[in-house]
Parts: sequence; structure tokens; C-alpha cells
Amino acid sequence: MTKCKSAIDRRRLIKGTGAALAGVLAAPRIGRAEGKTIRIGMPTILSGRVAQLGTSSRNAVYLELEKINAAGGLAGRPIEMIIRDSKGKPDEAARVVRDLVNTDGCEIILNAEATSGSFAVHEVVRDLGTLCLHSISETSSLTADPKLHIPNAFRLARQGVHDSIVGGSYAAGIAKAKGLKTWMTCSPDYAYGRETTGLFVDYVKQFAPNVEFVSEAWPRLFQPDYTEVITKILQVKPQALYSCLWGGDLTSFIDQGNIYSLFTQIETFAVNMADYTALTVVKNLPSGIHSGNRYIKTFPKTAANAAWADAYRAKYNEYPTTWSWQNAAAMNFLAVAAKKINSTDGKKLAEALRGLTIESPFGADGKLTIRADDHTVIYYAIGWGTTIPTEPYLPDVTPGDWNQILELEAEWKKKNHYV
Amino acid sequence: MDLSALLNCVTSPACIVTQATSGLIIGTLLFLVAAGLTLIFGVLKVTNFTHGSFYMLGAYFALTIFKLTGSYLLTLFGGAALTAVVALMFERLFISRVYGRNVLMQLLVCYGFVLIFDDAVKFIWGPDFKAMGMPAAFQSPPLLIAGGVVPKYYLFLVGVTTAIAIVLWLVVERTRFGKTVRAAALNPAMVSALGINIGVLYGLVFALGGLLAGFAGALAAPVRSLTPGMGFSVLIESFIVTVIGGMGSIGGALIGSVLIGLIRTFGSIGFPLFTEGLMYLFMVVVLISRPTGLFGREFA
Repeated sequence: MTKCKSAIDRRRLIKGTGAALAGVLAAPRIGRAEGKTIRIGMPTILSGRVAQLGTSSRNAVYLELEKINAAGGLAGRPIEMIIRDSKGKPDEAARVVRDLVNTDGCEIILNAEATSGSFAVHEVVRDLGTLCLHSISETSSLTADPKLHIPNAFRLARQGVHDSIVGGSYAAGIAKAKGLKTWMTCSPDYAYGRETTGLFVDYVKQFAPNVEFVSEAWPRLFQPDYTEVITKILQVKPQALYSCLWGGDLTSFIDQGNIYSLFTQIETFAVNMADYTALTVVKNLPSGIHSGNRYIKTFPKTAANAAWADAYRAKYNEYPTTWSWQNAAAMNFLAVAAKKINSTDGKKLAEALRGLTIESPFGADGKLTIRADDHTVIYYAIGWGTTIPTEPYLPDVTPGDWNQILELEAEWKKKNHYV
Repeated sequence: MDLSALLNCVTSPACIVTQATSGLIIGTLLFLVAAGLTLIFGVLKVTNFTHGSFYMLGAYFALTIFKLTGSYLLTLFGGAALTAVVALMFERLFISRVYGRNVLMQLLVCYGFVLIFDDAVKFIWGPDFKAMGMPAAFQSPPLLIAGGVVPKYYLFLVGVTTAIAIVLWLVVERTRFGKTVRAAALNPAMVSALGINIGVLYGLVFALGGLLAGFAGALAAPVRSLTPGMGFSVLIESFIVTVIGGMGSIGGALIGSVLIGLIRTFGSIGFPLFTEGLMYLFMVVVLISRPTGLFGREFA
């Protein structure tokens, strides 16, 4: 009898402890929803080689946060950012997002992870149903693939397929004008490098069928020495070279290519050159490198864009990056959507974001739109030009034609069985 | 695989000159790092996993000294000297405590300091990548030698590395210090019994290894971007070189690094999708045919 009674007491104790724990764990979420502040969780990369991705994203978020909170926050609720470092590991990014939602009570996720992390985060928010804005990943399939489509996730970043269409069209124009028939590629050997280069090659050939890609080089990501790549390029002697190397890899390639006078011999198209992170670090930037805009203060050439860049620089003593404008745009979309419906409910915000157009300094014509069918941002400023070694670095930009971009994107989706 | 391109290259004097000099260029920087690594292993029997960090520190010290002085000569020697000081302090204060211990313990100490050095660099110089820029004296078009293209800076780099290699050989082979170091590599107990302070000797050897890595970093700084953690990739390649050449053999490190350089340059033409793999394949072939490396474990 005594044994039976103590077993019952133990069961009651376990049940009671479990119930108390559940209440404690749920408390932040319940308390937060009823309270004033709204927490937005932001997993990102704040350490390692690509720490600038996270730091420049965070900078832009705080720049917009000040303005949004000064205007009353989201539907009267001031925003509190909870930012966590995933160190660039997808499994860590997924764990961080679960923590942000379940433990820290975040009602919205602003996902500033690179592509591999973004796909991991996407599956977590699919499971949790939390509103999520992807502000970094440029891999088109994240929103193009219908299998990945969920009602609560949106992409507020440029897309690889858009950049390739504009780049391909621009490069084909230069190829025809200058008779550049033989081309070579030199891109980092990982998913982004392979996909972006493949798309660029496809579109250049589509716009200029006479162009021939005679050779390729695939240096390792973060490879420090490009000597054998550069000497191979000099050996092959293509008339034009395409590269999607970025960041420190690109600056190493430029520095090493310079001492071989590579860029005086070969017309070079480096899609990631016109980014302040590369432009301001390379000490001897050659003139005449063709590049797409990542973020440039002078494109679009509007007072609003220049003012935003100046405000960013005044606050952080450095130039903004493409990751900066994308995160700023994400915050602006949230603010407008919340004001429109006067609510911070995740489902209602998602509904409001679908098809939403906002005024933005980053828009090609002063506006950005989130496309309703696949939740991705369009009409952002996108174009190519040639670099000079001093400010404004990319003085004349040939803007992309969004009608052409959307038409060719639709064809690309059909070709990949996304529609 | 593009064997026809490779065949075209080896039958063209211009291509041979360009690729061979490129291979030499890649190899010489690797040699400086690998020589320090193999020297430390040969004498102290320690696999110094922080060696890549010394290369990184050499590059960052060079960045700062060049910014302050504008003199590349000062930059080169200053960067190397400061790295040697750090290496000496690391040896005296930390790694000397795990001599003779389990290799796992040594690995843990070294790895801990890899992370510490990476964070220190991030804290002092910032997390973003940096570029030193090419000194003005080398900002001119490359030379044409037998139809091949050779940048002036790389000629300087090969010249400096050759000079360092000769000085190193002279120190090891022709000086009393070198004789003592070779003796300590063979029998440290006997050297100690003869009244030589083995602790000081070990510290100096470690500092010499750090000096070599620091030189490599300072020589690389004008052409490579500097990032925290940049020492890791060069560490892996230097291990491959020392394995191929033979742990403890400086001569082996020289041969191994030049071979790796040539494999990369000619390999990138014939096997563009497998250039990295060729390096590892070569290492495997050497290990299978000569497990102690091309020049064994002799200290030369």
C-alpha cells in the first residue's frame, strides 16, 4: 500500500513539474503577444570570413529600426531585434531560429543567412508557421521552386536569374560591339559559382549566339593564390573573361591579375566588382572592368538613394553593401504592411505583403514590389557598367529592362519545370 | 580533362616558361612556410598546427608597417621579426609545457591558439578582408622572358626566398648554432648533458620557424587579401609539402613545394576540374611508394 501511494505521489510530482515547465517556456510568447514590443529574430553570420554579410545587414536593420520606432513601430508596437550568430552553419541557423521563436518569443524572422543557411531556416519556418523574410539568399530556386512555396516566407533579395539575364544581355551587347567571340570563365567552385556562371553563359549565348566559351577555371572558394588560374587564362588568350568571384577572393584575383597586366589584355566581366567592399579595398583597381551593381550610391541616380547611403556611412563609417539595402528594404516592407492593416499578426502581415508595392530608394523607378505568386521582390535597381578607380566607381550604368527580365525569367521557370 | 591543351603547352617554349615560373612562384612561398614547419618538427618533434597563424600574423604585421612607413624593405623584415617574437613567446609560455606529451595534447594547445590568434587579429585589425597593395617599385608591366610572362614582383619574391633558403642552409650547415640544432634533433639529452640550455635552443628554433612563416606572410601580403583565418589553407598545403618532402627535411620541403607548384600550374591546364585533387593524388602516390616522404626523416 505504501509503495503504491508513493508511486502515485511521484506521478503527480512529475506531472506538476511538467505543467509548470510548459508554462514557463510558453510565457515569453504569451507575454510578448499581449505586451507592447514586437521581437524580430535575425539569424545571420557575424563571424568568420563572411562576417561582413551579417554586420552590414545588422547595420542597415538598425538604421531603419530607428526611423520605424520613432514613427511608432509596427502598428504601435516598438521593434526589438534579437540577432544571433549562426557562424555560417546551416544546422546552427536552424537551431537558432527555433530558439528565437520558441524561447525568445520572436514573432517575425528576418533571415539574413547565406543560401545554405536560408534553405535550412526555410524548413524551420515552414514547420513553425512564423512569418519569415529572407534578405540575403540570391539562389533563385528558393522562391521559384513551387515545392518550397509556403504562405509565410518571402524573399527580399536580388536573384541570380535576374542578374544573369541583365548581365548576359549587357555582355552580349559589348561582345557584338567589340567582336568578342572567344570567352572564358573563372568562378569559385561551389553552388553559387556554378549556378551563376552557368546562367550567365546561357544568356550570353542566347543574346549573342556567335560567342564561344573556350575554357573554364574553377578555383576553390577562398583560394589564396590564383597564379595558375591567371597563367592559364593568359595561355588560353580568350577575348573576354567572366568571373563571379567575390569579396576577398575577387580582390586577390584583381591584385594578382594586375601584376600580369591581365586586365589590359582581356575584356573582363566581374559581376561582383561594383560592390564597395571590393572597390574600396583593392588598392590598384584597373579601369574598364565590367560589373553589375551590387549596391552603388549613384545607381539609381536619385537624391533618396544618395541620402540613404550618406546616412549609412555617417552612422557606420563604411559604405553599405548589397546585403544592407536588402535588409533595409525588408524592414521597410514590414513597416508599410503593418501600417496598412494596423496589425502585427503574422498571417495578416503575410497577406498584406503579397503583391505589396512600396516607395523605395532601391527601386529602379523609386518602387519595389513583392510579386504575389512567388513572394519575391522585383523592380529593384539592376544594371551593369564599367569601373573607374575613384568615386563614383561605376559612373555610367546601363539599367536592366524589367520587362525583358520578367519575360525571360518566366521562360527559365518553364524550362526548369517550376511552372 | 584537356590533354590536348596540356600537350600544346609542353610543346610551346612560351607556355613552358610561364607555367614553370608560375610553379616556382607558388612553390617558393609554400617552401618558406613548410621549411619552418619541418624545422620545428625535425628538432622539437612537435607538429606545430599554429604555423599557419604565424603566416597570417606576418601578413598583418606587414600591412600595418607598410601603412606606417611606406617602405617595403622595412615591412618585410619588420613583419618577419615581429612574428618571430610571437613564435618565441608562444613556445616559451605554452607549447614547451607539452613537449613529450601525447600528440593530442599538443594538437589541442595548438588549435586553441589558432582560434586565439584568429580572434586577436579580428579584434585588432577588424573582421573584414584587407589588401596591402603592390609597392610602387613593382607597379609596372611584367617582363617577357622567352615569350613567357613573368611579373617583376614575383622575380623579387623568388629572389628573396632563394636568398633566405641559402642563408638557412648556411646557418644550419656551417654555424655552431646549426651544428647544435642538428645535434639536438638527433639526441637532445646528450646536448643538454653537454651544458647547452636546451630550452633556449628550442625557443630559438621555434622563433626561426616563426621568422620563416612571417617572411612568407609579408611576401604574400602585396598580392593576397588578408582575412582572419587565412593561415588555415596555407597550413594544409604546407603539411602536404612536408609529407611529400619528408617530415624534418628542409631540402625535402624545397623539392616538395616546387613539385606542388608545378603540379598546380601544369595541372590547371590539363585537368582544370581536378587541379586540387592532383595535389592530393601525388601525396598519396608518394606515401604509398615512400611512406617517410621523398627525403625521409633526415634533418638536412
